[in-house]
Amino acid sequence: MTSITWRTVSTHLILIAGTLFMGLPVWIAFMSSTHTAETLFRDGLQFWPGGHFFDTYSAVLFESGGVMKSVTGSRMLFNSMVLGVGFAVGKVVISIMAAYAIVYFRFRLAVPLFWIIFMTLLLPLEVRIVPSYEVVSGLGLLNTYTGLILPLIASATGTFFFRQFFRSIPEELLEAAQLDNAGPIRFLIDILVPLSKTMIAAILIIMFVVGWNQYLWPLLMTTQEDHFTIVIGIKQIYQVLSEGGELPQYQKAFALVMLATLPPVLIVLIFQNWFVKGLVESEK
Amino acid sequence: MKRVQFRHSAVPYFFIAPQIAIIAIFFLWPAAQAIRQSFLLEDAFGMSSQFVWFRNYEDTVFNQQWVNSAVFTLIFSALVTFLSLAIALLLAVKANEVLRAPGTYKTLLMWAYAVAPPVAGLMGNMMFSPLLGDIFNGLNDLGWDFDHNLDPFDAAFVVILISVWKQVSVNFIFFLSGLQGIPKSVLEAALLDCRSAGKRFWTITFPLLAPTTFFLIVINITYAFFETFGIIDTTTRGAPAGSTTTLVYKVYTDGFLGADLGGSSAQSVILMIMVLLLTVVQFRFIERKIHY
Repeated sequence: MTSITWRTVSTHLILIAGTLFMGLPVWIAFMSSTHTAETLFRDGLQFWPGGHFFDTYSAVLFESGGVMKSVTGSRMLFNSMVLGVGFAVGKVVISIMAAYAIVYFRFRLAVPLFWIIFMTLLLPLEVRIVPSYEVVSGLGLLNTYTGLILPLIASATGTFFFRQFFRSIPEELLEAAQLDNAGPIRFLIDILVPLSKTMIAAILIIMFVVGWNQYLWPLLMTTQEDHFTIVIGIKQIYQVLSEGGELPQYQKAFALVMLATLPPVLIVLIFQNWFVKGLVESEK
Repeated sequence: MKRVQFRHSAVPYFFIAPQIAIIAIFFLWPAAQAIRQSFLLEDAFGMSSQFVWFRNYEDTVFNQQWVNSAVFTLIFSALVTFLSLAIALLLAVKANEVLRAPGTYKTLLMWAYAVAPPVAGLMGNMMFSPLLGDIFNGLNDLGWDFDHNLDPFDAAFVVILISVWKQVSVNFIFFLSGLQGIPKSVLEAALLDCRSAGKRFWTITFPLLAPTTFFLIVINITYAFFETFGIIDTTTRGAPAGSTTTLVYKVYTDGFLGADLGGSSAQSVILMIMVLLLTVVQFRFIERKIHY
């Protein structure tokens, strides 16, 4: 009996150690963000709340920062929201349409088009950044939401997921729909999309997080500060905060880190079950 | 494909057109440009260019900096993959053993999936900052002459630590769901045959997890190659002296900051080939998985 309880204790100790390893950096970042710049500079990282929560966060959200002093935290959060939602919705809509064409239609170019879509899975944006930048700048799309979102949608992960899912839907449904004289658009909207609701929700959540967290592409694409997303904005602003010559405003940098972290983390935690199901299913 | 299908000539093209248009403009065209530029040498002003066959590739592969960066990328990827998989597997096995409130640990361990690599990098950067001293001085007090701004080993340590931290969650989610997918009857049968929990794990559970593990190895190598860009750019920026520059980071610094288009494109194409090889390995394995 004692050996079993000892095993239980060690199990929990390992899990608690893992939890601390994951959680402590964020806890320290959050606590440090509630102190003043003087405290951080004098005493280093902080482990307990400091009582300046509102000062720091209202300054970060509503006062202009950055090199040009032209962007606020709330503006960057808004840009990130546009990128996350635009990317997720755009990707889901385009993927469902393409997967629908591939699975439910017989047409001449089906095979070559399928392989073109497949190819995008093999080459991430990172290996073709320079020419991608040139294309977007040639189209005059630098510093626009379109230029930010569309190139990221080019990878076809979503299409493959929906293709997989549509193939698992029983054939009888289409036969029945055809007997009722339902056309392809009607079948998609009235039958397929409602059937895929849970899957669509799961993919939306995952894609929102992926979109929100984009770094390299927004970094190249957005040269004007008012188009910064929070994930790239914090790096630029961190440099200003820490190299400004005055007292480094680390509490603001920590606050920006928290603001960039919280929305995607909260969404993943709130919709945990959908998210895990979507992640595990889609990567198969 | 479905046995029953719609027969329309134009409708499927309407549905597939948006995807194909985006791929053509933002994927095929840039990828073709990367390949074309990798064979060209531009003059300093970008006014004229000359076809130089494989010279950009030769210049890349025989460049000591590129070789150093390739070696670092391999060691870095191997360490990040191994450490984040090992930690995640240990935590997943333990979380799977917990009988009371098993969901709590799952929640506590999975959220970091949603943290962006550059945000994790910046957080780590500030944790290790000499100005905010605690960890920096603590390590030095312990007798480790720690300075990640000057010492290549310490810089690599910081980048690897943050990269592992960021990747444990996603591995944990997959391992836990893999473990939960193993039938109870198999484990009960094993319990009758073998009393040693460790032996049961390595001879029964671990082999049953092999498909998950293999899939995760590919995912983790891809992560270490590409997504750690954000971590490196917010911590060491490839310094000191290029010692923490991964291949992707070098494509970026040479192409954007150094304006060496030909060289950067040649590096991109070499990376594309590496990713293709990785994918071929992945697909070969998936075929094998179906057979057993």
